[in-house]
Amino acid sequence: MTVALSGKDIAGQLEEKFPGSIEETGPECIVVKSDSLLAVAEYLKNTGSLAFDYFNYITAVDYYSYFEIVYQFTSTTHNHSFVLKTRCYDRENPTVPSVIGLWQGADFQEREIYDLMGVKFEGHPNLKRLFLWEGFQGHPLRKDYLQ
Amino acid sequence: MEISSDREYIYTSSELDRQEGQLIEEVKAGARESIPDPDGWLEEEVKKNIMLSSVDAVLNWARRSSLWTAICFPACCAFEFIAAEGPRFDMSRFGMEILRASPRQADLMITAGTLTWKMAPVVRRIYNQMPEPKWVIAMGACAISGGIFRSSYNVVPGYNKIIPVDVYVPGCPPRPEALIYGVQQLQKKIAKEHQILDLPQKLLKGKKE
Amino acid sequence: MTTTEMMTLKTEPFVLNFGPVHPSTHGVYRMRATLDGEVLLDIEPVMGYLHRGIEKLTEERTYSGIIPLTDRLDYISPMSNNLGYCLAVEKLAGIKIPERADYLRVIIAELQRLANHCIAVGSFLNDCGAYYTPFMYAFREREKIIDLFDMVCGQRLTYNYMRIGGVSQDIPAEFLPALKKFVGQMSRWIDEYDMLLMQNEILLARTKSVGVLPRETAINCGISGPVARASGVNWDIRKNDPYSVYDRFEFDIPQGETGDCYDRYRVRIEEMRQSLRIIKQAMNDIPAGPVRADVPHLVRPPKGEAYAHLEAPKGELGYYLVSDNSIAPYRCHIRPTSLINLTALREMVKGWKVADLIAIFGSIDITMGEVDR
Repeated sequence: MTVALSGKDIAGQLEEKFPGSIEETGPECIVVKSDSLLAVAEYLKNTGSLAFDYFNYITAVDYYSYFEIVYQFTSTTHNHSFVLKTRCYDRENPTVPSVIGLWQGADFQEREIYDLMGVKFEGHPNLKRLFLWEGFQGHPLRKDYLQ
Repeated sequence: MEISSDREYIYTSSELDRQEGQLIEEVKAGARESIPDPDGWLEEEVKKNIMLSSVDAVLNWARRSSLWTAICFPACCAFEFIAAEGPRFDMSRFGMEILRASPRQADLMITAGTLTWKMAPVVRRIYNQMPEPKWVIAMGACAISGGIFRSSYNVVPGYNKIIPVDVYVPGCPPRPEALIYGVQQLQKKIAKEHQILDLPQKLLKGKKE
Repeated sequence: MTTTEMMTLKTEPFVLNFGPVHPSTHGVYRMRATLDGEVLLDIEPVMGYLHRGIEKLTEERTYSGIIPLTDRLDYISPMSNNLGYCLAVEKLAGIKIPERADYLRVIIAELQRLANHCIAVGSFLNDCGAYYTPFMYAFREREKIIDLFDMVCGQRLTYNYMRIGGVSQDIPAEFLPALKKFVGQMSRWIDEYDMLLMQNEILLARTKSVGVLPRETAINCGISGPVARASGVNWDIRKNDPYSVYDRFEFDIPQGETGDCYDRYRVRIEEMRQSLRIIKQAMNDIPAGPVRADVPHLVRPPKGEAYAHLEAPKGELGYYLVSDNSIAPYRCHIRPTSLINLTALREMVKGWKVADLIAIFGSIDITMGEVDR
């Protein structure tokens, strides 16, 4: 059975390594600040006891006042999984660092989030629209998108 | 190696003679009447080798009996179309087994799937590349009106916003039997087409000039 | 300059467009391939020709009303999509389903895996050049499976059979004898394909060592399903994170070694055999009882979020649901198996020729409905 690690398990380690990076600890996830996202993600991937090598998905949710980017990782060696979140409070120009350097699977999914939600990913080599055409006005999956 | 004498196909010479004689008697008995001419079964009219029909009837019959489909399979209905081409529902009995990859060699476009605005210029280009005469069957709810996705931002509400459609086959997806019924309706429509102008009009035109 | 220098051919790469309407692109998928002669240097995928905005449409439909939408995602294996969505809602709302429904779900999901792999193998061989013959053989088998589904829910392609809390209706009395007859015949048919194709020289030459996907790349890209298992990744959600009643059945997970096209084809054939094994066990043990839990028609899960995944025939299919205690979900994200499986296509095809591109692309087995949603 894949054990879903809870926020408290990892929060202690993360606070030690990256003080001040955690925004919130939920029962099943951790919300980190977007500037420490890359460092935390690298730590999660490369630490032996965590070893999150398999990238499940990345998605974005529009909560009116902020965008929440949700990541889920799984470790094929230890068979545990974890949910990491980050928030983006800027509505006009939301930007989040890209994890494509760590997990290549983020490639198309980050382009999709840029296309449909408008969240930009810094460091993505080819951030252009994936599903909609160049010249499409707006980002349809946002809650305030009017057809 | 010894050949045993009780094997069936080793006969003595008198037995061989007897069998040959029997064969000759059979041929003689069956040859009392002369064998009819190979084309004796044809009627007199047909033997004249000339048929009177309208050019329209012959052209329409030829066109509707060998419709070649252009490949344009966006979505789920494609699989019902392929199942109709498959061994169970067998569209090749209607002359439709060929699926032409190149639209320039096709005369029927079966639109099997949802049309999105991103795909619309492509479909229109394929339609324009098909040579006349050409027909379009809109297959499925998405092709008729946008279907279950009608309220989406990227879905065209029906193929007839982009290309002219001849036959609409409802369903989501329509069963292969329904698609075959749609093809038969198209065949009936083709049978009614007028390819040649009416003769009096043509004569009048000639007189004017 | 000497004459030889003047006569030397200069080459430069050019961009060739494949699709979106192409006989071998498995739907409307477009690739801009940079070629140096016949050799591929790079490909750039262009998608979105079937982007129907399903994730946005889920926000205006009730939880039960989304099940028909999920049918249209991966339209070759709709039962698995339905199942994944129902698992996610049940996890979110904490609904427990009756045992008979669980067994029925397992039987239907494994039958769906068989039907999907029939098409996957058939169209892969079509792409490799065996034109329509294996495809027709595969469709003969698929029609029998579709007949079984027709018996259960009345539909041939978009089933809408799973419900939140179980399945929509119980199986008719003639289903289990028909299933038993089918299972008895199917293993003979799988052996027939194997015998026809396993040692075929052309297939071996076209697929052995072609399009190798190394194991580390597969894990890093998030590839799942038969593609990952052919590369040696020992990961199957039915074993590693069992859902429904999969932990009660005995079955093996076939794995490849090299990760080339031939391994992917073999893994799918072996998975078909293992699916038959699971169906036989489930058929014998299926208990009696209701097939649907007592769930209100308009489900209102409590506020929160949940992610449920399952081993769909193409890989890991997951649904991430966020609920705000209303009758429609706040956000429903679908983890698209096929889109993520396509991430590794660029590495797999570099250096191969155009014909190999078609074979490699066919061996990944994608459906555009899932890529574009």
